[in-house]
Amino acid sequence: MLRDLWRIKGQALAIIFVIAAGIALFVMSSGMMIALEETMRAYYERHRFADAYAPVKRAPNHLLADIRNLDGVSTAEGRINGGGLVTLEKASAPVSARVISYDPDAASPINAVYLVEGRMLRTTQSDEIMLLKPFADAHNLTPGDSIAITMNGAQHTFIIAGLVLSPEFIYALPPGEFVVDAGRFAVLWASEEAMEAAYDLDGAFNEVILTTSRNTNEDGLIDDLDRLLAPYGAVGAFVRADQVSNKYLTEELKQLETMGVVMTPIFLGVAIFLLNIVITRLVHTEREQIGLLKAFGYSNNDVGAHYLKFVLVIALGGALVGWGGGQYLGRLLSGIYQKYFHFPFLLFNPEFRTLGLAVLFSAAAAALGAFSAVRGAVSLSPAVAMRPPAPPHFTRGNAFSKTLTRILDQPSRMILRRVSRQPFRAALTTLGIGAAMGLAVMMRFNMNATDYMLDISFNIADRSDVFVTFAEPLSETTIYELSNIEGVIYAEPFRASAVMFRNDRIEHLGAVTGLPENPVLNRAIDANLALVDIRGDGIVFSEQLADILEIAVGDTVIAEVREGRRPTLEIPVTGLVEAMIGTPAYMTSDALNKKLKEPNRASGAYLKIDMAQRNKVYDKLKSMPLIAGVSLRREAYYNFQKMIDEGPGTFRRIMMVFSIVIAAGVVYNGARIAFIERHHDLASLRVLGFTKIETGYVLFGELALLAILALPVGSLIGLGLWVYIADALSTELYQIPVVFKESGLGYAAIVVLVSTAIAGALVQRDIMKLDLATALKARE
Amino acid sequence: MPAPHSLKTTNDIVQNGAIYRTTGLTKVYGEGPAAVHALRGVNLEIPTGELVVLLGPSGSGKSTLLNILGGIDRGSDGDVFFQDNALSEMDDRGLTAYRRAHVGFVFQFYNLMPSLTAQENVELVAEISPAPMKAIDALDLVDLGDRANHFPSELSGGEQQRVAIARAIAKKPTVLFCDEPTGALDSKTGVTVLKALQKLNKELGATTLVITHAAATAAMADRVVHFADGDIREVIENQIPVTADKISW
Ligand SMILES: Nc1ncnc2c1ncn2[C@@H]1O[C@H](COP(=O)(O)OP(=O)(O)OP(=O)(O)O)[C@@H](O)[C@H]1O
Ligand SMILES: [Mg+2]
Repeated sequence: MLRDLWRIKGQALAIIFVIAAGIALFVMSSGMMIALEETMRAYYERHRFADAYAPVKRAPNHLLADIRNLDGVSTAEGRINGGGLVTLEKASAPVSARVISYDPDAASPINAVYLVEGRMLRTTQSDEIMLLKPFADAHNLTPGDSIAITMNGAQHTFIIAGLVLSPEFIYALPPGEFVVDAGRFAVLWASEEAMEAAYDLDGAFNEVILTTSRNTNEDGLIDDLDRLLAPYGAVGAFVRADQVSNKYLTEELKQLETMGVVMTPIFLGVAIFLLNIVITRLVHTEREQIGLLKAFGYSNNDVGAHYLKFVLVIALGGALVGWGGGQYLGRLLSGIYQKYFHFPFLLFNPEFRTLGLAVLFSAAAAALGAFSAVRGAVSLSPAVAMRPPAPPHFTRGNAFSKTLTRILDQPSRMILRRVSRQPFRAALTTLGIGAAMGLAVMMRFNMNATDYMLDISFNIADRSDVFVTFAEPLSETTIYELSNIEGVIYAEPFRASAVMFRNDRIEHLGAVTGLPENPVLNRAIDANLALVDIRGDGIVFSEQLADILEIAVGDTVIAEVREGRRPTLEIPVTGLVEAMIGTPAYMTSDALNKKLKEPNRASGAYLKIDMAQRNKVYDKLKSMPLIAGVSLRREAYYNFQKMIDEGPGTFRRIMMVFSIVIAAGVVYNGARIAFIERHHDLASLRVLGFTKIETGYVLFGELALLAILALPVGSLIGLGLWVYIADALSTELYQIPVVFKESGLGYAAIVVLVSTAIAGALVQRDIMKLDLATALKARE
Repeated sequence: MPAPHSLKTTNDIVQNGAIYRTTGLTKVYGEGPAAVHALRGVNLEIPTGELVVLLGPSGSGKSTLLNILGGIDRGSDGDVFFQDNALSEMDDRGLTAYRRAHVGFVFQFYNLMPSLTAQENVELVAEISPAPMKAIDALDLVDLGDRANHFPSELSGGEQQRVAIARAIAKKPTVLFCDEPTGALDSKTGVTVLKALQKLNKELGATTLVITHAAATAAMADRVVHFADGDIREVIENQIPVTADKISW
């Protein structure tokens, strides 16, 4: 058996690699999922990550007793959670911050922080804070340093007591952004005393966090909370699943799962096919031996077992190589994850569960691939086996192929006839190469889509340089003030309001965005890149939101505003747009303000600035007390690109290598088998005076033909995969646009053709070494 | 024991136009004690245009010699000349060009391309030749014009061998090498193949070298070379070759 393996070592190796690629992907994605899930679960549990959140404007502390009495509430805490701006000497631009009150003496606090460095806050010291470690690291801040922060319009200076991590900020996304940047978002935990003073909330809180008891009806609890807190300016309670950091983390898990589920079967499918043709071939060449063995009295089982053992060695090889590779890739990936997701620890452990599954999958694939071939071997009767196989039979074919062949030279005819004589095998080869190309196409489209989304978001929809949010809606004089800052070219206000949308019994917590009728910097764009037409008094819904609310144009939606005077509005739906990101709803600022009975108010502004004077602008912004957040759009853009390159980019590079492995594996196997089957013919051609290149053409022409046939097949597979993946990965957070770029197909085609050429070159070496004298001996 | 032919007579032949000349040609397979000396210093000259039959026991080195003359193998030592060209000095590319331009092969196992029809098999070679005859004419020469569109699997052994001969002659080769062309055929079919060879030798003037185990074949040759143990035992010139249909074995 070892001799058999050695004889086809190249092919066995190619199959092992294809299996290994599939297994490695599986091990990587499932191992990463296990690691993330388990770390997340343990972290959440140990630090009592809140099950629900209920932000309010101001509620007295004694209300907590009522909340704790609500059905399903296990523990509840009131805290003060405020926005702020950190001003750092070194970083000229102001940095958005979140400041949260924290009781260091609480026996078992909800959302407990994890201390990494320094020490916990002391109740007695109200000038101390704890700081989110990734932010501290980005600015080289250590315990003992001081940090200045503007809260509610006044500047405070604190001493850093300790650096911490929090289950609430595993993915620390600043408001209004969609990618993390550790240095651009600060989270601080301060004493209750300091927070009450800073936000004028003596004896009060502005957010409830709570844990629930088992089997709590979450919807009921949220309703109860909203009802109880309504008089206190409740914005709308939400559950853990809607918490930002948690949401991104679960999205990530879902994506990992999709990847594993989609990719692994592709690789294993190709491996099954390869094993099938290789073993079939092996049985074919060994039919005489099989006959002899049987004639000597070996049973069918003995013969079957011989080949199965052989196949299982390959399977085991694939499983082990794949598992090892998966460990390596998993570690690589977990390193990348830790840059964006801040866990106290994240270990990608060798999972023996995945090893077991890897062996199982790989063995199943191998057995499946070898099944028909081995059955063929087993069912050969000794007498038949010892006769040479029937000579290949060719037929003339129909009139069409006659005219077609008339214009071809003989070697080309040989190629065509061979392909048409074994259409099934040719189809499978084409499919195998197509699968490889499909992967490359899919990855390339994926990349195009992200680029597209980035481009739309940052260059077409939002063309501002700085995005400023206010602590509360301000009058237009503030906009005027902003546009008067030296270096600001244009300031465009916007109005946003948190609302609970209601249509009959369906409700959805969202927001209305009010934009100028003719926006310049931030424009509402639909999925076809057209400007969203927002005029008049109506509201324009994204299709996604309309689906959720089951509402159509012409209907009227109820909007319970969760701020200010908290009016309940009835607004006619005047349009639908296909949104790319989120589930937006648009009105004109004027119409929205009119409905809110707060004329000329803005929630923030988009700024176009003169980059040469940006530091002046930043300084001025830092000194404006009511600015709650500042986001630099260019930086956000670059961050996004960097993240895409590091995360999905790494994944893409891996997939790229893997698709080369598949294509080369399929082609190499095809070429080797074609070579073995035909080396007699090839040697004859050489003897007849054909050059090595001409002889190679007869062999590779067939593969080249199949590879070329595989191009459209691969394009289709890639498109299909992409549509599926884009759909599977699209979430409420963002829609993945199913964009196609021809260049993606071209790129994938090049990948396929280059791997075909590489595999071909390996076999061409065999042609170089062809012993011409074999042509004169009898066929094998 | 030295070969009974003298160098002098060979020189005469060269003046008459020898197409092949070998001097001290050896071929050793393997090394050391396991080495097989397939050719042990062969000196041979073959006159242009003759039909030469090579006879000898199995393993005596006939095929080895033919392969070297045909440019599909190389000797270990000694010189091989085709006309004025030293085959022994040529690289692979040169040998390929030589085979392509001058040599026609007929093998014991026919070696037809199973995926091509009889005519296409002939055209396969005609396509790479500078001045070939028409494939159908070549098939007519071996009386197979009516089977032109058959695939090898649809032809009898003798017919396949005649297709192989048509293929070999379609390029109008300078030399035709046949290694046991009748080995896989019965006597009657073999005779039709030999007839075809003889006819071609006469009509095309191609020097023809035939290896055979059927000693009776020698009767149709201009020259019979007896081989034994890696060297030439005896060369007999046949003054009046008989026609192939007089032969049987
Ligand atoms: N590739 C090879 N490796 C080793 N020995 C070889 C090889 N080819 C031929 N021989 C040996 O060289 C010797 C001459 O072989 P060759 O094929 O020339 O004999 P032959 O006269 O054609 O015999 P036959 O009539 O059986 O075809 C034999 O002893 C054979 O075993
Ligand atoms: Mg021989």
